Amino acid sequence: MLAYLLRRLWQMIPTLLGVVLLVFFLFKWFGGDPAEILGGMSASPQQIDAIREQLGLTRPVWEQLGIFIRQIVSFDWGSSWATNEPVIELFMSRLPATLTVMVPILLLEVVLAIPIAMAVAYVRGSLTDRVVMVITTLAVSISLLVYVIVFQYFFAFRLGWFPVQGWSNSFWTNLLTYAPLPVIVVSLVALAPQTRLYRSFFLDELGNDYVRTARAKGMTERRVLMRHVLRNALIPIMTNVSVLVPGVFVGSFLIEVFFSIPGLGREILLAVNRSDYPVIQAFAIYLAAITMVVNLVTDLLYKLVDPRVVLK
Amino acid sequence: MNAGATQSQGVWGLAWARLKADRVGMVCLGIVAAFSLLMLLAALDIVGRNWQQEVGVPNAPPHLLGPRPAEAVEAIAVPTGPNADLSDIDPLAPRYKQWEDTARKYQTEERLRAATLVLGADRLGRDILQKVIKGAEVSIIVGLLAALVATSIGTLLGALSGYFGGKPGDLLEWIYNVFTAIPSILLIFAFAVIFGRGILSVVMILGLTGWTGVYRLVRAEFMKHRQREYVRAAEAIGASQSSRIFRHILPNVSHVPLVQLSLLVVGFIKSEVILSYLGLGVSVDQVSWGTMLSEAQSELILGYWWQLAAVTASMAIFVTAFALFTDALRDALDPKLRGLE
Repeated sequence: MLAYLLRRLWQMIPTLLGVVLLVFFLFKWFGGDPAEILGGMSASPQQIDAIREQLGLTRPVWEQLGIFIRQIVSFDWGSSWATNEPVIELFMSRLPATLTVMVPILLLEVVLAIPIAMAVAYVRGSLTDRVVMVITTLAVSISLLVYVIVFQYFFAFRLGWFPVQGWSNSFWTNLLTYAPLPVIVVSLVALAPQTRLYRSFFLDELGNDYVRTARAKGMTERRVLMRHVLRNALIPIMTNVSVLVPGVFVGSFLIEVFFSIPGLGREILLAVNRSDYPVIQAFAIYLAAITMVVNLVTDLLYKLVDPRVVLK
Repeated sequence: MNAGATQSQGVWGLAWARLKADRVGMVCLGIVAAFSLLMLLAALDIVGRNWQQEVGVPNAPPHLLGPRPAEAVEAIAVPTGPNADLSDIDPLAPRYKQWEDTARKYQTEERLRAATLVLGADRLGRDILQKVIKGAEVSIIVGLLAALVATSIGTLLGALSGYFGGKPGDLLEWIYNVFTAIPSILLIFAFAVIFGRGILSVVMILGLTGWTGVYRLVRAEFMKHRQREYVRAAEAIGASQSSRIFRHILPNVSHVPLVQLSLLVVGFIKSEVILSYLGLGVSVDQVSWGTMLSEAQSELILGYWWQLAAVTASMAIFVTAFALFTDALRDALDPKLRGLE
């Protein structure tokens, strides 16, 4: 186990290095000149040269890469170009809002999708199954944007059940007052594709020989589904959830923009609009690291769910 | 295929026969074809050319609803009696005459504006029907081109990686790992900073970030086929490496990228909508489904729902038809998969 863990961590290094190189050269070669972005329209050539000197842009490329890597390792990214706020502080202060909205969304969509998908897969081919499939097909085809616009209009603006948008300093107010509407919208929207996917996982399992054997032994349907099918289907479902988890940290930027939630997603979008390179670079690299850790944890969890899995 | 009945049908012929038997698939193919025709006409400027002209009154309702009732305007009663003569103290008085002369030099065209339009009008009185058609053209072209770019990159890299394996395979795997390590939204944003706005930028952003899924599948197929007998036979008769990759294996696995291509089209059309809404998509002088939806948001609050409805409906029809067609295509090309989903 320990050896496995160490090997996996060791294997992360080249990938992480690749991410660093990608981000570095993407902005170095294809991005605009940082000095000109920082200097703005009215800067004189001397000022731009001075900024260039200050940023170390006149030094050789490998030396700049060295500075870049040192920044990553020391968590010291300097300040955002736009607000002069230290990047790391920016990251930490925006994270709670994103998590307040995104964690309930993730939990809700998975917890709702599993029973629905299992029920639909169980009555496969029936009218219920087909109706649910048609509804999900249609639901998937409409843009998330439309759902957000319409839900916000009806439930917040027209009916007044929820605040239209906003955020406060108190965690509980946020969770109970401001978060419910975005959480409901996104989990309902995500439910359709999730149900389709999980249904196919359950169908795969239901066709297996062990299900027939379990039934032949005289097990109740309930026990067959809960103990055998569900447990086996959990493996692909977990893989799918692990794909979704990194998204939790990014936050659904659309939701954050729409509902004025001061989270990471909105911050990234602001940074993109302001060409705020340090913020984008830092977020890209740290989120890549988080994604890799999440994948590792998922692999370890497989072992818990399925004793047959051998980690090697 | 002119040998007729004596010759066995090719793989594409068989797939077409299977596709034709799929009623849902054929209806969807018809819808997609109709949209493509519309798109072609829009691209050739035959329809939707005048989408920027303000042909209706602002927010004109659709024909079905009839014209909006005239609002009762409450204004202060116009005072009667002669105007007070202010010219002694009015500092602008000497210039009024001059301005009137200048104004007479320019013609203002008073166009008759329609009170209702087929699908209504937007805030400026532009015809929503024309906007939807033009927007469909932009959105679908972006989706198609981006999917083509992504599939080409994915297929090429996947083919090389799967065929050669070893060191080049490891290198490509490394690149794949790097691209999948960064959450896709963030990768899209990072590329968006660099490419800026415009149709071509969106195509490049989505294409360069979306190839990983295709790569994975094509690589697996190539690894499977590399050792098959027909490939070894080709090698024995002296077929070159590139000939084996592109002339022998690729046609045999081409259903994989084809199905991925159409899956990507749907996904990219949705991404374009969201990118355009966030201001990272097509430029401001163009119209796409995304820019229309972002206008629709503020219109909805005022009760003008027709632009939202028009875009949502046309997008839902196209995306559903395309997705179902993709399912039919996959079933037709790879009958082993039928019924799995």
